[in-house]
Amino acid sequence: MSVGDPVVLIVEDEQPLRRFLRAALTGAGLAPVEAATAAEARSLAALNNPEVILLDLGLPDGDGIPLTRELREWTQVPIIVISARGHEADKVAALDAGADDYLTKPFGVEELLARIRVALRHARQADGGPTETVVACGPLSIDFARREVTINGDAVHLTPIEYRLLAALARHAGLVLTHRQLLREVWGLAHAERTHYLRVYMAQLRRKIETDPARPRLLLTELGVGYRLRADATPPS
Amino acid sequence: MRPDPDALLRRVAAEEARAGLGRLKIFFGYAPGVGKTYAMLESARRLRAEGVDVVIGCVETHGRAETARLLEGLEVLPRREVVRAGARFDEFDLDAALARRPSVLLLDELAHTNAHGSRHVRRWDDACELLDAGIGVHTTLNVQHLEGLNDIVAQITSVRVRETVPEAVIARAEEIELVDLSPEELLERLREGRVYVPEQIERAATHFFRRGNLLALRELALRRAAERVDHDIRSYREEHAIRETWPAAEHILACIGPSPGSARLARAAARMAAGLRAPWTAAWVDAAGPSLSAADATRLETNLALAERLGAQVMRMQGERVAPTLLGWARRRNVTRVVIGKPTHPRWRDRLRGSLLDEIVRGSGDIEVHVIAGEVGPSDSRVSERGRRAPPRAYAIALLQAAVATAIGVLWRTHLALPDVVMLYLVGIVLVAVRYGRGPSVAASAVSVAAYDFFFVPPYHTFSVSEIRNVLTFTMMFGAGLLLSSLTLRLRRQELAARDREARTAGLYALSRELGAAIDTPRIAAVIAGRAADALGGGAIVLLPDGSEGLREAARHGSANPLDEHEQAVARWTLDHGRPAGLGTGTVPGSAHLMLPLASGPRTHGVLAVLTADGRPPDAEQRQILDAFCRQAALALERARLAQEAREAELRAHAEELRASLLSAVSHDLRTPLATIKMAAAALRPAPDAVGAGERGPLAEAILGEADRLERLVGNLLDMTRVEAGNLEVKREWVPLEEIVGSATARLEGLLGRRPLRIDLPTGLPLVAADPILLEQVFVNLIENAVRHAPGDTPIDITARESATGLAIEVGDRGPGLPAGQEARIFDKFFRAGPGKPAGAGLGLAICRGIVEAHGGMIAAANRQGGGALFSLTLPVPNDTPRPPLEFPEDAP
Repeated sequence: MSVGDPVVLIVEDEQPLRRFLRAALTGAGLAPVEAATAAEARSLAALNNPEVILLDLGLPDGDGIPLTRELREWTQVPIIVISARGHEADKVAALDAGADDYLTKPFGVEELLARIRVALRHARQADGGPTETVVACGPLSIDFARREVTINGDAVHLTPIEYRLLAALARHAGLVLTHRQLLREVWGLAHAERTHYLRVYMAQLRRKIETDPARPRLLLTELGVGYRLRADATPPS
Repeated sequence: MRPDPDALLRRVAAEEARAGLGRLKIFFGYAPGVGKTYAMLESARRLRAEGVDVVIGCVETHGRAETARLLEGLEVLPRREVVRAGARFDEFDLDAALARRPSVLLLDELAHTNAHGSRHVRRWDDACELLDAGIGVHTTLNVQHLEGLNDIVAQITSVRVRETVPEAVIARAEEIELVDLSPEELLERLREGRVYVPEQIERAATHFFRRGNLLALRELALRRAAERVDHDIRSYREEHAIRETWPAAEHILACIGPSPGSARLARAAARMAAGLRAPWTAAWVDAAGPSLSAADATRLETNLALAERLGAQVMRMQGERVAPTLLGWARRRNVTRVVIGKPTHPRWRDRLRGSLLDEIVRGSGDIEVHVIAGEVGPSDSRVSERGRRAPPRAYAIALLQAAVATAIGVLWRTHLALPDVVMLYLVGIVLVAVRYGRGPSVAASAVSVAAYDFFFVPPYHTFSVSEIRNVLTFTMMFGAGLLLSSLTLRLRRQELAARDREARTAGLYALSRELGAAIDTPRIAAVIAGRAADALGGGAIVLLPDGSEGLREAARHGSANPLDEHEQAVARWTLDHGRPAGLGTGTVPGSAHLMLPLASGPRTHGVLAVLTADGRPPDAEQRQILDAFCRQAALALERARLAQEAREAELRAHAEELRASLLSAVSHDLRTPLATIKMAAAALRPAPDAVGAGERGPLAEAILGEADRLERLVGNLLDMTRVEAGNLEVKREWVPLEEIVGSATARLEGLLGRRPLRIDLPTGLPLVAADPILLEQVFVNLIENAVRHAPGDTPIDITARESATGLAIEVGDRGPGLPAGQEARIFDKFFRAGPGKPAGAGLGLAICRGIVEAHGGMIAAANRQGGGALFSLTLPVPNDTPRPPLEFPEDAP
């Protein structure tokens, strides 16, 4: 760890997991700061100005969701929520409250680092970094300026809604978008409950983009939460 | 000497019954004015001084200052004010007493009759309820109020006291304190006006307070108290194993009927039973013959109720003849003495009909028969023809038939001999007897004889008779008419009685058949309410305990309305005490319904509230049917309760079995990976150099693999718990099947490796209404199962198509297939295909079934053509299912 490494705030009440996270992050050139409670997290977030926050939703002194909302009032720092499988509703609530991504316990080091990298990249872009006009994911490439989508260089014909859907996912490439966020972005506020439209359009989009729509490689389903466009096209081992 | 075990058991039972019950103490005197209330208050003050919580529930001082002084310093419970017909009554407040719960409550005048509108008609019922609630009661009682001595007192004083206290209540007294005063002193007090004379003897007061009477009453009271002492000594002996010769167990049977003398008979039998300390039974035989008039039926019920209060078990029997029925029962139950009334009817009737007494005496064998004097009164008021008087029309027809027979005889005179004419008349008489009963048939006989004499016996057209022979003919003709009519009448009665009995039996049979078919409590309740309402022609409600303190209506039938709060309280009382209450009983008789307990043994399962068509209490016959219904109903409810308990026990056993297999599965499947992880981590830890770099990879792999296995197991266990607990929450959404299958395969990417996965989902499949997360788990588990069982390079196929029954999905592999006959069992929890198979907790498929069934679908397994296992799921497709493509209006391509 050296001065200038991006500071990552770990909010996790379980000591063994904190120890593991510290080791993994330090090894990857990040500077971890640890908090075991929501209260500690509040003061450390203000003091250390972290670039990413890893937040466990189940904290002894308060729920992670209100904490997310509170942090969002004054900082745009990326928040990656950590929660166990089976708590999809919590994840959706945290994402809708302003979290940027989530990780399901247990997770591997590579997955963790990949998520942190995506989060950092998006944060830097939002901070006035160069806005990409072309997003490429493996064979897929989206040119926002020309509203063009190609697979391996071949143009793909999309309906307006399909394009808006893909564009929304591509702008947050690597990050998860909840059903509600996508519906709002593509159809508008009035249609935030029509999840099955979203699903059907997603299926159509896959048929146009994926080689095997039943085994998607690009448009990933985060079941019960939303969708994600894979940031790097190489599948994780 | 060791105590007799039976006696010891009786003592233990009695003491257990007493524990938790309050103690009753009676201050017993022979006449008003001997100082019972005074003695009770003095004793209360002593108890108070000893620190006992004594409260006065109800004490009448009758304005006597010396008595009133004793009240000072004692807590007095406020009276309840009852307004009835414009008059105000202060009544003892039973509920306030139950709420206050003192150790001892003073309750003057045990025989008092409560004002209308109180819970119980009689104060002794209040006392019993207090005792049952564990509150001690001190009370006062005069000898003339003792039920069992009522007749004797009436004989002595010629004042019949209506307010009597059952012997059973007296028997509950722990202690009876005799308050005595010499008659001279009592008369002195009376002269000084220091005695309050109760209303009921006011008219006869001068007669009542005669020295002779008082002496006799005093003797009666002393003797009664002495009997009690004797009894106490005997129980003391019994408790302390002082053995003496006990008579063989006695059992007394009293034959009770509708005659007023039967009341006296019941008291005599009760006294005898008390003296012998034997149980006694009051029996009434409903023999074939005319049924009772309404007045007799009421009297019979009164007599039987009296017997019950006197401690008898009441038996109603049915039989062709009284004596054999009674004696048969007596033999079966080892009755030692039969008590029967002295006949009051004239002797000729016995000659004619046979004497019941005679029959019993002759048939009694070794049973002693006691004949008790009966009072003269309207003894036999059985009415002919079920109380119906033949209509005038019947008499007209009787005359008409005589006229017709005469006309035929006159017209055919030349062809008929005289005996033929007689036969003609007899036929007419029989017809009338069969159709209209006794009165008209007697009239027909008389008119026929007269007409025969007038028209056919010389000298013709006069009533005079010339030959003595003809008088004989008349007599025989009249006699034959009477005999025929009485024979036909008897036949008819038997037929009617048989029909009645048959109707009753049919009702009971129908009830028991329906109860047999009813399997659960609500159905049983419905059957009981329906049958009881039918039997009464009124209404019936079945009330069952609602699990907390109250009663809920389980079924209602006929004209009954839901019970109001007051009636509910009466029903609750019946449930708590297991005794009938309400209409026509001694407890809250003002209630609109009769509440009958549905009791089997000591347990009361519910209450049957009934209502007759005319709002009057049910008559004896209806009560009998209702009692039979209640017994059957109670048994059915008991059966339902036992079945429920058995089911619960079975569930518990099943759960226990599951717990055992869960423990074994968890302990094995958790320990194996943990052991590997521990060993591998230990090898890596001390000095990384101790393990060669080449070996570290495989060790880390082992840790990872086993940790994955553990994670899956824990996940399965958690899923199983959710499925099992029945609180599997299915959050349905419309989802394309493709998305779910895609998500499952993405999750299993690592596990699948290079194994070929062939997915065939036609476009245009309907969306499924499913919880996406749960349904994904089904696919994950099915694919995992296939990976585990089928060799590494064989393909896994997933197909779906829409069929008539819904969405049919199949997951197939090319593994070894299912063991024969185990196709259904593989969905059981903790089932494993067999030894030597790859390990798994045996939960995956059970979870699949739980989830699919929660979605209203089905899952089955079979062996696949060409080898391997095939799992088929069917998910319902509701009518409003959206089908892709769903075009959004603004989305033109």
